[in-house]
Amino acid sequence: MTNSLFDKIWDSHCVDTNRSGRSVLYIDRHIIHEVTSAQAFEGLRMAQRMPWRKGSILATPDHQVPTTGREQGINAIHDPIARLQVTTLDENCSEYGILKFGLEDNRQGIVHVVGPEQGATLPGMTIVCGDSHTSTHGAFAALAQGIGTSEVEHVLATQCLSQKKPQSMRIQIDDELPQGSTAKDLILYIIGQLGMAGANGHVIEYAGKAIRQLSMEGRMTVCNMSIEMGARAGLVAFDETTETYLRGRPFAPQGPLLQQALEHWQTLHSDKDAIFDQDIRLSARDVAPHVTWGTSPDQVVPITGRVPDPEALSDTVQQAEYQRAQKYMGLSTGTPLIGIPIDRVFVGSCTNGRIEDIRSVANLLAGKTIAANIKEAIVVPGSGLVKAQAEQEGLHTIIKAAGVEWRAPGCSMCNAMNPDHLEPEERCASTSNRNFEGRQGQGGRTHLVSPVMAAAAAIAGHLVDARTVSEV
Amino acid sequence: MEKFLRHQGQVVPLNRANIDTDTIMPKQYLKCINKYGYGDWVFDNWRYLDPGDVNIPTSKRRTNPEFELNSAKYKGATLLLAQKNFGCGSSREHAVWGLRDYGIKVIICPEFPDIFHNNCFANGLLAIELKQEEVDHMFYLAESDNGLMATIDLNTQQVQMNHKTIKFKIDESLRQNLLNGYDNISVTLQQSEKIKAFEHRYFKHRPWLNVDLG
Repeated sequence: MTNSLFDKIWDSHCVDTNRSGRSVLYIDRHIIHEVTSAQAFEGLRMAQRMPWRKGSILATPDHQVPTTGREQGINAIHDPIARLQVTTLDENCSEYGILKFGLEDNRQGIVHVVGPEQGATLPGMTIVCGDSHTSTHGAFAALAQGIGTSEVEHVLATQCLSQKKPQSMRIQIDDELPQGSTAKDLILYIIGQLGMAGANGHVIEYAGKAIRQLSMEGRMTVCNMSIEMGARAGLVAFDETTETYLRGRPFAPQGPLLQQALEHWQTLHSDKDAIFDQDIRLSARDVAPHVTWGTSPDQVVPITGRVPDPEALSDTVQQAEYQRAQKYMGLSTGTPLIGIPIDRVFVGSCTNGRIEDIRSVANLLAGKTIAANIKEAIVVPGSGLVKAQAEQEGLHTIIKAAGVEWRAPGCSMCNAMNPDHLEPEERCASTSNRNFEGRQGQGGRTHLVSPVMAAAAAIAGHLVDARTVSEV
Repeated sequence: MEKFLRHQGQVVPLNRANIDTDTIMPKQYLKCINKYGYGDWVFDNWRYLDPGDVNIPTSKRRTNPEFELNSAKYKGATLLLAQKNFGCGSSREHAVWGLRDYGIKVIICPEFPDIFHNNCFANGLLAIELKQEEVDHMFYLAESDNGLMATIDLNTQQVQMNHKTIKFKIDESLRQNLLNGYDNISVTLQQSEKIKAFEHRYFKHRPWLNVDLG
């Protein structure tokens, strides 16, 4: 056998392939949220179609959800247009009998946090969601793809996607991450190496020692940002870490079914001689904490670095991009990243809103207070269950004692669709996934970092090497 | 879906790489639940000098004279030319709805990211990938004083300009869908029996997946 993990999942879900090479791919799990589903349900209704398999669907609102005042339920959403979008999700789920964790449900949260923690994300599955960060679920050896609203409707109606088989790419990360570097630093480093379009048309499998050593949370962080290189999905092979995480989750199989599932799951790795369209090898040894300086995730340097010189680039289109990014970010060539003052700090999102992330933040914040120039620092857990777990561990007390706000779960300031956002020219150390122009608010300036680096920036009041903060 | 056979129009050049969907359709417009009416908001942050939202009439906002779409020269353009990776980032189909509602029929770029590419075809927008040097040549012409008119023929898969024709290649299934105005869901539903048979076999081998969540 010489199949890659991707080949195995693809082949086992391929219903049909036509003469031009387009396949009908069966979908096991469909996760939906308020922003990209309303038009799909409307389309379904207009064509008088029904969901093919409603039991495959899990819904929860996350993007428009406020992180304060949640005891008011739906009335916590003050914008009537946004409120309508959330109630529309409620109505669609009721009408078709779809499982939904609503605003008042303790299990509500960011789709990519909720799926795995419920065991609704399982190895070997094909998973879709109308959200580009669906790649997160690939950490479970599942082929998880982000799709548009028309495709959401397509999957609702047919339980399938119509697509050409993407190409395959393996990114092997040898060696171990150094002390003080995290999964976020690793994926930022990888994106810096490959670029924004480096994996267009590909499904990435992350392999190697550094990946195997990551927790499930860390693997999810890595897979999450696959889309920032244009990848169709990111994958990590099944192993004991996956199994341990899944045992006892509400929708994970139990008893004899689990035994049967495990037999299959244990085959979910690439065979020894598997061939990849692209095979890339990097080392984790020198991956320092990373921080973005520009307006795309690949404009990234180690925290000890400086804002790069556009003139040093040979490609004129890229040169113009760098110049534009510098201008938008209010930075100039040669400025050291350490010392750049920060206005706001955001910890959360589908990239870094899990329990491990919050633990690392609380660990750094313990006994310290945020700097006077920080206007606001917020920690937004990825789900109600992450929040409950953190509170049970007393993490929220440490976080609040440092002067950081402890909020209710949702996407929050990652895409700033709810009230949490940056004002023009405000600078944010953010654990989210995109630093695009205006992403966190029109004119806002985003520096992507790991949770511990965000916490360190909150203490210092400026970007700082988190490895040096605990000694201060 | 409307058929796409041939289209003639003016080219508007956006000489930038990695234009993301947050830029094409900012977040505040994603709260709407309709599928149409996004044309005035496409490239909102670049197009207007004043901040915008769903309830703010665009007629009351000052336009940015430096943005290509606002230039008199490119008024009414229906072909959008961009550098590599146009439409990267968020999967929001609202970006494509905005381009469609603005009047864009064809987007040409050296390389599209997958989700955006799929979203274009799902809405009858033709996304064409050309070689970098061909795209650069079109930029040269579109940015010249005379601008550039081009005809896109999906049947022959050609971009026709004065004195020059460029061949392109579209995935055959997607091409047939556009040429015939097929709706993707109907095409897949023709395979219903195969999907049902697949499901039957599949759940027999993987009973742990035969679980209804709701």
